[in-house]
Amino acid sequence: MTNKDYSNKIFKFILKISAIISFSILVLLFVVLLKHSYLAIKTFKLKFFIDTTWDPVFEKFGALPFVYGTLLTSFLALIISAPISISVALFLSEFANRRLKEFLGVIISLLAAIPSVIYGLVGIFVLAPLMREYIGPGIQKIFGFLPFFQGSVYGLDYFTASIVLSIMITPTITSISTELFDAVPKSLREASLALGATKWEMIKISVLKTAKVGIIAALLLGLGRAIGETMAVTMVIGNVPNISLYLFSSGATLASVIANEFTEATGDLYLSSLYYIGLVLLLVTLALNLPSKILIKYLVKTK
Amino acid sequence: MNRKLKDKIFQFFIYLSVSIVSFVLLFITGYVLYKGFSSINLDFFIRLPKPVGEEGGGMVNAIVGSFMIVGIASLFSIPLSILTGVYLSEYKNEKFANIVRSSLEILSAVPSIIIGVFVYGLVVYPMKRFSLLAGSIALSIIMIPLIARTTEEMVNMVPTTIKEAGLSLGIKNWKVIFYIILNTAKPGVLTGVLLSLARVFGETAPLLFTSFGNRFWHRSILDPAAALPLQIFVYAIAPYDDWNRQAWAGAFILIIIVYILIIVSRRLVLKYK
Repeated sequence: MTNKDYSNKIFKFILKISAIISFSILVLLFVVLLKHSYLAIKTFKLKFFIDTTWDPVFEKFGALPFVYGTLLTSFLALIISAPISISVALFLSEFANRRLKEFLGVIISLLAAIPSVIYGLVGIFVLAPLMREYIGPGIQKIFGFLPFFQGSVYGLDYFTASIVLSIMITPTITSISTELFDAVPKSLREASLALGATKWEMIKISVLKTAKVGIIAALLLGLGRAIGETMAVTMVIGNVPNISLYLFSSGATLASVIANEFTEATGDLYLSSLYYIGLVLLLVTLALNLPSKILIKYLVKTK
Repeated sequence: MNRKLKDKIFQFFIYLSVSIVSFVLLFITGYVLYKGFSSINLDFFIRLPKPVGEEGGGMVNAIVGSFMIVGIASLFSIPLSILTGVYLSEYKNEKFANIVRSSLEILSAVPSIIIGVFVYGLVVYPMKRFSLLAGSIALSIIMIPLIARTTEEMVNMVPTTIKEAGLSLGIKNWKVIFYIILNTAKPGVLTGVLLSLARVFGETAPLLFTSFGNRFWHRSILDPAAALPLQIFVYAIAPYDDWNRQAWAGAFILIIIVYILIIVSRRLVLKYK
């Protein structure tokens, strides 16, 4: 009989060890990032994020161009993607029959699964030339008087990066919004339809209003995805530390500067500065991600 | 009339959005398959990259490298994450289980480039060399939270009556978990594994500073190694037409592998339901 207790204990021990290893990965992650960014944190402190010069040759490291590039491309991507993603989600929950839902579900999951590097490849060889030849000049013809659209169009710029990002975050926002809309009780829809509402009015009053908080959380998750996205952006943004209102100019993001310069970083301060950027990128992503995830879990469960 | 018009405009916008999203996917897939298919040849599968400036050659080292990096990552992550998932489900009332669950939730939200710089600091920096092994470690860190979470969910879904039936027959607790519960949850866990493989197979950012890439064969897992997505990246941004062509050929292989994994796992989910 004593034998039996023994094997169960060993089993639990193995399970627990595995759990401890899995847990320790995250701890190690923070330890390594803090350790390597320590030098840059000590040298630059928070001034790092308002300094506009990034010049490794003279050991001048200011991250504002990357913060700017990240925020600009991510928000632009969100503005482009949000109406489309929410519409697709509404279609899935309010219009589509089961077969169509299954079919679109496959499309969304494949869109989410396409590797970042392939988005970048299509971005470089299809989207960028299209931007340079047609879309860019076209936009300038109509909106050329705005400061955002003046100058020449090169194709590898903020705008192209934002479009690629908007495609990449669409599956995230769509699938979460669909879940939220599905969680809205049928009775709310029937109530507004019974009062003679059109489908649009019903959706506006019953579905969108009820799911409002959740939609914001879904958008924040999409934003978090855009901010952390690396390869596709690195391939199409042009990689110049640059702060410009002009959307057709090349730029860089927090993630793209790490991807581009990390292996070439000579000197401790250079490498440490890139780690510092990484640490901030991590904290921003988590700050957007975790509250949204918790909120969405709560919203989907309680309804 | 105004109300009806608004409704029409709204419905038009909905259908337009669905068309845009479907078009984008079909276009990207079609274009990659078309460009890839016209760029691929036998050399691509059996030859090493040629020196810079020479045309031809292939990516055999990157194809093998990718499978090795992902294979070794699976060796680390699959057993560890399944055991962790079982722990989370079996001992869900323990305080430590909650801590582990939250930490995995956070880990799954970490951008993949950060995993890359982390493993650089953890493995590459102390060892003073890029290596296939470091690449595998980076990918396994991405796989662990994904598989652990699905395992936990799937084990939770197994009815307690099954467990009680096993225990009442006098079977040891660990054998019940291992042979009965995990067996019942197998299709679900397998789905999680396939999805995580689809995810890491195309990952580029975590490999940039870990396995690094290599124009030759890696001699051991402690050498820098080529990987398919890395090679696509390098060839895509290079100014040589022949390299660009090979980038498309690589994308062709990559997208087929990823789509197969996704579609098989979706099939599995439907069957299981």
